[in-house]
Amino acid sequence: MHSFGYRLNGLLTFSVTILAIMCAIASLSDNLNTPSPSAEIQVMNINWFQKQPQGNDEVSLTMNISADLQTLFTWNTKQLFIFVAAEYETPKNSLNQVSLWDAIIPAKEHAKFWIHTSNKYRFVDQGNNLRGKEFNLTLHWHVMPKTGKMFADKIVLTGYSFPEEYR
Amino acid sequence: MDWQGQKLAEQIMQVLLLVFAVVSLVAGYVLGSFQTMMLVYAGGVTLTTLITVPNWPFFNRHPLKWLDPGEAEKYPKPQVAVSSKKKGTKK
Repeated sequence: MHSFGYRLNGLLTFSVTILAIMCAIASLSDNLNTPSPSAEIQVMNINWFQKQPQGNDEVSLTMNISADLQTLFTWNTKQLFIFVAAEYETPKNSLNQVSLWDAIIPAKEHAKFWIHTSNKYRFVDQGNNLRGKEFNLTLHWHVMPKTGKMFADKIVLTGYSFPEEYR
Repeated sequence: MDWQGQKLAEQIMQVLLLVFAVVSLVAGYVLGSFQTMMLVYAGGVTLTTLITVPNWPFFNRHPLKWLDPGEAEKYPKPQVAVSSKKKGTKK
């Protein structure tokens, strides 16, 4: 404290250190949140289901996705990144996960929604295993914070299957 | 600023910043707004800067008693002895 500059420097470094600790505490406070999200996905239509020239199956489907993810938002949430993935098993791979659609939810008000959409990303298998195959549709979310730790979780919806024949 | 003032300024600075940190955390959490926390804390830092950094008079209530120039002349500075100050072993 021997001069103006000395005091100013001490104050600034102390205040920034305290700010870092405050952000850590804010991130820890996210653990107090107990979310209860819900979601439902209906496959409205299999638009087409073909075998590509290279030999891989490809399918295009239209889904109706509805979800209520409002309880995931806290005071320290910047946005929610969500995506829908199809999961199934093949002889070659014990688990295949194909991302079909994703979105960013910027605020709590937008977290309760439904959307009628075809798959945003192409659904191509590694091989031609999809005929008659059962698959799960999983809604994943990443809660992206303003400061600190990111939480990720998912809801698994089962009971979907492909047609027996190409169309 | 005198010595007591320096100590006081440092103490006030630390206490004020900690108090504002706690107040802004609680305010932000209760109101559910991260922006509230940042604004309250920024206001707190500015206020603390205004109180503790400039050289206010109340930091100078125990001023140092510097020697009066008239007194200093009565006791002249000792001359620096150049020739006799060689290595003490030589005699």
